[in-house]
Amino acid sequence: MSAQDQIKDTVEKNDVVLFMKGTKMMPQCGFSSRVAGVLNYMGVEFADVNVLADAEIRQGIKDYSDWPTIPQLYVKGEFIGGCDIVTEMTLSGELDALFEAKGVAFDKDAANKIREANAS
Amino acid sequence: MPIDARDIEALIRASFPQAKITVQGDDGQHFAAEVVDESFRGMNRVQQQRAVYAALKGKMDGAHGELHALALTTRAPE
Repeated sequence: MSAQDQIKDTVEKNDVVLFMKGTKMMPQCGFSSRVAGVLNYMGVEFADVNVLADAEIRQGIKDYSDWPTIPQLYVKGEFIGGCDIVTEMTLSGELDALFEAKGVAFDKDAANKIREANAS
Repeated sequence: MPIDARDIEALIRASFPQAKITVQGDDGQHFAAEVVDESFRGMNRVQQQRAVYAALKGKMDGAHGELHALALTTRAPE
């Protein structure tokens, strides 16, 4: 299976997928760690794909989404964004709305705690 | 030769001549850029940021990582 098929298969078979450097338990880059941390904290079930373990996937995912950086978050097969966009959406509440709209379970209180902690 | 904030601003400016661009970062690897431009009106964040990444063609996560990480925020002017 080509990298593109593998990626397509993964994003279609899992509600939430995070292509990241490292794994959700052992992130190996600050940006990947932040997104994985938000998802873990909000109790979101997600498949983590360690792009450092597979050079073809690492390049393939950038072609698949026409997006040059890692991490990359997918919800129900749709590319949502990288670390900046997911962070902005978390703080604005758009991520909650997206999960609600797509039927993805998450812990609302945890999301609110993130926003309170970041309210400057 | 590590890349610096001015190089990034120039690369973005080339594609967004009227934009308000602020680029911070002095370690040669990690940068934060904000781009405010009329062309973003009506675009969602992914589309806006794709346009900016296109302006940085090839400089992002390069083979020898000249630009490892760019924290990017984009929006249309209020």
